[in-house]
Amino acid sequence: MNRNNTVKGCLALLLWVLAGTAAAQLKSADNPEASPVWLKVQASLFAGRTIAPARGDIVSIEAPARAEDAAIVPMALRTRLPAGDSRHVDKLYLIIDNNPSPIAAVFDFARGSGQADIETRVRVDEYTHVRAIAELSDGSLVMATRFVKASGGCSAPPGKDPQAALASLGKMRLRVDGDVRRGQPVLAQLMISHPNHSGLAMDQSTRQYTPAHFVRRVAISYAGVPVLTADLDFAISENPNLRFHFVPQGAGELKAEVVDTQDLRFESALALVPAR
Amino acid sequence: MRTGLAAVVLSLLCCSASAAGPLTLALDELAPGVYVHRGLVEDWLPGNGGDVANLGVVVGERCVAVIDSGGTPALGAALRAAIARTTPLPVCYVINTHAHPDHVLGNVAFATPAETAPRFVAHARLPAALAARAPYLRNAMQRDFGIALAPAAIIVPTVLVERRLELDLGGRTLQLDAWPTAHTNNDLSVFDSRTRTLFLADLLFVEHLPVLDGSLRGWLQVLAELRRFDAALVVPGHGAPSTHWPAALDAEEGYLRLLLTETRAALRDKSGIQQAVDRIGRLPLPGWRLAEQFHRRNATAAYAELEWEE
Repeated sequence: MNRNNTVKGCLALLLWVLAGTAAAQLKSADNPEASPVWLKVQASLFAGRTIAPARGDIVSIEAPARAEDAAIVPMALRTRLPAGDSRHVDKLYLIIDNNPSPIAAVFDFARGSGQADIETRVRVDEYTHVRAIAELSDGSLVMATRFVKASGGCSAPPGKDPQAALASLGKMRLRVDGDVRRGQPVLAQLMISHPNHSGLAMDQSTRQYTPAHFVRRVAISYAGVPVLTADLDFAISENPNLRFHFVPQGAGELKAEVVDTQDLRFESALALVPAR
Repeated sequence: MRTGLAAVVLSLLCCSASAAGPLTLALDELAPGVYVHRGLVEDWLPGNGGDVANLGVVVGERCVAVIDSGGTPALGAALRAAIARTTPLPVCYVINTHAHPDHVLGNVAFATPAETAPRFVAHARLPAALAARAPYLRNAMQRDFGIALAPAAIIVPTVLVERRLELDLGGRTLQLDAWPTAHTNNDLSVFDSRTRTLFLADLLFVEHLPVLDGSLRGWLQVLAELRRFDAALVVPGHGAPSTHWPAALDAEEGYLRLLLTETRAALRDKSGIQQAVDRIGRLPLPGWRLAEQFHRRNATAAYAELEWEE
């Protein structure tokens, strides 16, 4: 009886093994348009709308070909409209097809952002297509796609030291790089100390999942005028990091307001006086 | 539950046996009652069966302690068989030095039968680190090794070390020290005072480029503390054991200091993370293997840590 169960268990597992190994690994040459996750994301975010492929213009992604560290994969999303094009970029979507939650971030640019570029760091565990989709002010959509290989070996998306990140939860660094000139885009960086827990880890002793706890929204303003809002997911690495631009029109305060999934709120501000 | 676990072990054994035949694993006696299996200085990959970490065995008068169980369940089974060929004494402790797969995935091979199973021992922060990694480890086993690992096949230690714990093997005592975040946030060292053998696991890489998955500054601080051990023999997690103590730490410390200096320089120049990784990644690293797999990764982790410095 007991032995019978064991044999059945073994057979069930063998079937699972066979089914599992049949699933092919994604290759860079695979058609990104046919990715099943992308088809679902497309249906949920952009139903019925045409998405034009970027041809080296409008939107691009800079990412390493291979995720060196699955927990920290730098991503730069850059936009550039042709000279004379009067449209501007309203939104940027960052999609990582094979992450547990593919919609990694949605950035909403207010007119005061000047340059709709974003740099951040994400978690990437699987071979995956990564997409940046720009939504322009006339409602048109343009998409850039990159293939990123998974890292090998002992690298995994959870953070390095969640206890340390939690100990300094909500500590922020906001800074600007280079000269601050009136009417010119300024590069700024926001760092947030936060474990950004995915909620995917199960506690073995209680068999309960540790609740997700991550930064879900960042709002940036300058002199009280919105610059950028970011809706984020746990795909963003431990200690979230954003680089973005804003255009100062006069003296003011660069301000970052952060909300996490437990509705904890954190704020940081930097007073600036732009040169003429 | 017990039947389920037995089925997991059975299926893993029958699968690996049908694929390649049972593994035979060599144990070398480096000091009286102290055995080491040398892993290959390679990345954790199917081509080498995941056999890349050094595994330790210490035999007391009453029972045996295992220091890391290997990178796959099959390797764990081979280690268990090698121990059985070496001594009739039972394994009473399986110590996991940290939560990386090449050191812990063999645990399941020691978990049955439950009545005589050893205690599994680790740093107090290992269970959370392993739980956070478990879905990804199972995924990597499936993706890279074609092995389906049931959740129950990842055995999480229950004897946890906050700072220090001594384990009595009968006539010999092992001293286990839990360290602050260094290679990972859950590194544990094991010292056998009878032979003055120090198992540093991945706190020490020899020949294999060190891999940073914790804290660069923390690791350098821990290295300074480790120099106080009165050791005659040190066993690294990867690479050759050494009797040159504490000089055996010097090469690793040199690399970590280089990473620290270069990353700080890139941060001072206001390089972004990708620029910094490209720049640091071009440094020549004579004497180290696997630099291509791990150096850029280390630079990435170092940057993300050091950018928080004042």
